[in-house]
Amino acid sequence: MSARPIANTRTAAGMPTGKLAVWWLIASEIVIFGGVLGSYIMHRLAHDDWAVQAAYTNTWIGAFNTLVLLTSSLSAVLAHQAAESGDGKKAARLLYATCAGAVTFMIVKAFEWTTEITHGFTITSSTFWSFYYTAAGIHAAHVLVGAIIMLIVASAAKKGRDLHHVELIGLYWHFVDVVWIFLFPLLYIAK
Amino acid sequence: MAESIPASHGDHEVGHHEEQGFVSKYLLSTDHKVIAMQYMFTGMAMAVIGGFFAYAFRMQLAFPGMDVPGWGLVTPNDYNALVTNHGAIMIFWVAMPVLIAAFGNYLIPLMVGCDDMVFPRLNRLSYQIFLLSAIVLMASFFVYGGAFGGAWTMYPPLSAKAEYSLTQLGSTIFVLAVALEFVAFLMGGINFITTAMNSRAPGMKLYDVPMVVWMIVVASILFMASVGPLIAGAIMLLFDQNLGTAFFDPDRAGDPILWQHLFWFFGHPEVYVVLLPATGIVAEVITTFSRKKLLAYRTILYTVFGTGVLSFTVWAHHQFVAGIDPRMAHVFTVTTLLISVPIAEMMFVYIGTLYGGSIQYTTPMLWALGFLVTFLIGGVTGIFLGASGADIYFHDTYFVLAHFHYTFFPIAIIGTFAGVTYWFPKMFGRMMNETLGKIHFWGTFIPFNAIFLPLFYLGVAGQHRRIYDYSAFPELAQYQDIRVFATSALLVMLAFQVVFLWNFFHSMFRGEKAGANPWKANSLEWAAPSPPPHGNFPDGLPECHRGPYEFSHPDREEDYWPQNQPA
Amino acid sequence: MSEHASTEHDGHSPSHYIRIWWILVLLLIASVVGPFIGEATGIQAITLFTAFGIAVIKAYLVVKNFMHLTVERKYVMYFIVTSLVFMLLFFAGAAPDVMKAEGQGWVKPLWLEQAEEAAAGHGAEAGHH
Repeated sequence: MSARPIANTRTAAGMPTGKLAVWWLIASEIVIFGGVLGSYIMHRLAHDDWAVQAAYTNTWIGAFNTLVLLTSSLSAVLAHQAAESGDGKKAARLLYATCAGAVTFMIVKAFEWTTEITHGFTITSSTFWSFYYTAAGIHAAHVLVGAIIMLIVASAAKKGRDLHHVELIGLYWHFVDVVWIFLFPLLYIAK
Repeated sequence: MAESIPASHGDHEVGHHEEQGFVSKYLLSTDHKVIAMQYMFTGMAMAVIGGFFAYAFRMQLAFPGMDVPGWGLVTPNDYNALVTNHGAIMIFWVAMPVLIAAFGNYLIPLMVGCDDMVFPRLNRLSYQIFLLSAIVLMASFFVYGGAFGGAWTMYPPLSAKAEYSLTQLGSTIFVLAVALEFVAFLMGGINFITTAMNSRAPGMKLYDVPMVVWMIVVASILFMASVGPLIAGAIMLLFDQNLGTAFFDPDRAGDPILWQHLFWFFGHPEVYVVLLPATGIVAEVITTFSRKKLLAYRTILYTVFGTGVLSFTVWAHHQFVAGIDPRMAHVFTVTTLLISVPIAEMMFVYIGTLYGGSIQYTTPMLWALGFLVTFLIGGVTGIFLGASGADIYFHDTYFVLAHFHYTFFPIAIIGTFAGVTYWFPKMFGRMMNETLGKIHFWGTFIPFNAIFLPLFYLGVAGQHRRIYDYSAFPELAQYQDIRVFATSALLVMLAFQVVFLWNFFHSMFRGEKAGANPWKANSLEWAAPSPPPHGNFPDGLPECHRGPYEFSHPDREEDYWPQNQPA
Repeated sequence: MSEHASTEHDGHSPSHYIRIWWILVLLLIASVVGPFIGEATGIQAITLFTAFGIAVIKAYLVVKNFMHLTVERKYVMYFIVTSLVFMLLFFAGAAPDVMKAEGQGWVKPLWLEQAEEAAAGHGAEAGHH
């Protein structure tokens, strides 16, 4: 299993296979988030009274996390640029910075959720809170998985191996960022 | 399947691999053909289980209260669990793994002329997750409270509330198994799509790709684009079951109809996800054994795309009586009737391909023709159900049941048999026995119609689905003879499957040796030796010079013209 | 197109990405400030635009500049857009049922109750302010 299995590297569709696969992955993720966010929006539009519940979410924490993710996206795209110019070490450093963003995001999230739960807003409090925790939870799972994969990519990139993976994990990371860009107004601003 | 295959020989020529033990060669291999076989044999095992469930609950319907040999007394809870898991197994653990994963894995790299899938290890992982999902599903039969019995559609509150679903643990395990299965097929689907897009042989243009590859790729795209809402819904349902949320609980401001939308937004494209690979297999078989060019390659391709897009617009026809907005019911009636147009066009092209051909009635051809006939009945009866007015009467009767068995049986069983018998020489290097194959065909085809044609009648007579024992309903008890007849036909059909199993495993080791191209077909998989070694083409990867259906070309002596043969 | 692609890809300096980041941060600030203006002026449209209009702009900037979707092969754009269109379809098909408190043969009693309560509660809160 140590040897690479047989697989070809043709690009008949004019695009490296890894990148093509990540784009397809993103397409399939769009419909996953589309399902849960679509359901949330339907409910939200039908329930003006959810504004009362939504008023308890903390806009400042949400805004701070948006800033964290936007910044980590920046370091991810800079890592891609470094990888493209062949500088694996720099790419790895920038990816670690992106991971630090992910960790910050998760810590802030944990703090935020703890506060909310201790104030009595649990996942069963009302359908709004159910959607709040479910949508943000699915997103947080993506952040976590992305950060783990990013660590693996970064440790390979540090040794100059698989530099094209830097762009792929970056694409995924930007997608996670875009999802949060929509989650932020949906969960925190619309009150 | 192992001993007779000189596969290790090929491995040496490719030069990547040492001699391998059984485990690394057949259980942990990244070879797409081995993974295809893993999917196929797992699918066959699950088909046996699903068939056994059908046997158990059909026996209960024909002889209520009798001890069923092999199962014992079928209690009402057993009955619900059996029909639920029969449906789920046949769709998610038989049709999907065999038609998409097994044939997709086996055929795509061979037919586009490359050495393996683009992500071989992801491929292996997808099978392992699939196997895990099958084991998890089976585990639900052994947990406290028994297996889930709320129908494969998992409608809340049947699946979400303890007082209706009866089995808290069983329903959670069921949803988990389905979710795992989706993960496996998402991985597989991305693999199929990227392989077919990127790994085409030099010279193979988009219109030179064999139809079955197109169909599997489009089916994978449909799956990927439709399954998202259901994955989201499954997470919400799991929370409803275990954390006490109320997404689908109207008593606590949730909405059960939302689940139906989330489910059927996936559930209806899913029909086309399994239909398309089957029609692709039929296209290959029909052209080869008519010795004639596919009548209209591009027309079929456009109908496939049309079907794919339309299949996302029809889902609510499953919900006409669920209390959906009547105006929406009009819209969905129109789209549902529209989608029969591209499918009908596809059927006409197949029939047109047969017209004037030199037809060879081999076993795979019989299956392909059987597919056309039975699927025609399934499609035409679908028109009744797609019209919302008629559906109010037919909904949840045996008419629906007979209808979707007339679509799924041709897809999952007849289409699969066409494919297996057609590519068996490639898979194992030996021919199947034609006589036994034909006996098996007629022994499956006739009893199948004998089971389900009477059920149309029962449905029109008003027999409702999901009822454990009809003897309590005087107006339905009078049809007991028909139920006994259908069950007897089922027993005959199941008995004839033994012929297939014997033929399959006997031919695998003792069958007549097949050359590289026993059917004199054109597409690239027949340019590889039978069975192909790891790496597929030991003499170098082929180039493509023409379309896959150049049969009986007027300028040539031979009636076929392989894609890899230079002009 | 392909020529354009290569220049775009290689020509981006770090300062370009940092400039985009600054724009994104400014937009973020606008989207946080928006609701305050909306409340102060009483025009809810401002809140809605700063929330969702800006989200769309931000997403566009990230997709265009960080993910380079616009210089990717055309078909990538097509299948991403197709996914989005399918989600709109899903919304259009499901919303007419989900958004109603009662339909043919069913009601959601709690929805009606909650709406009434909220209306009453809102009134009380407004009184407090």
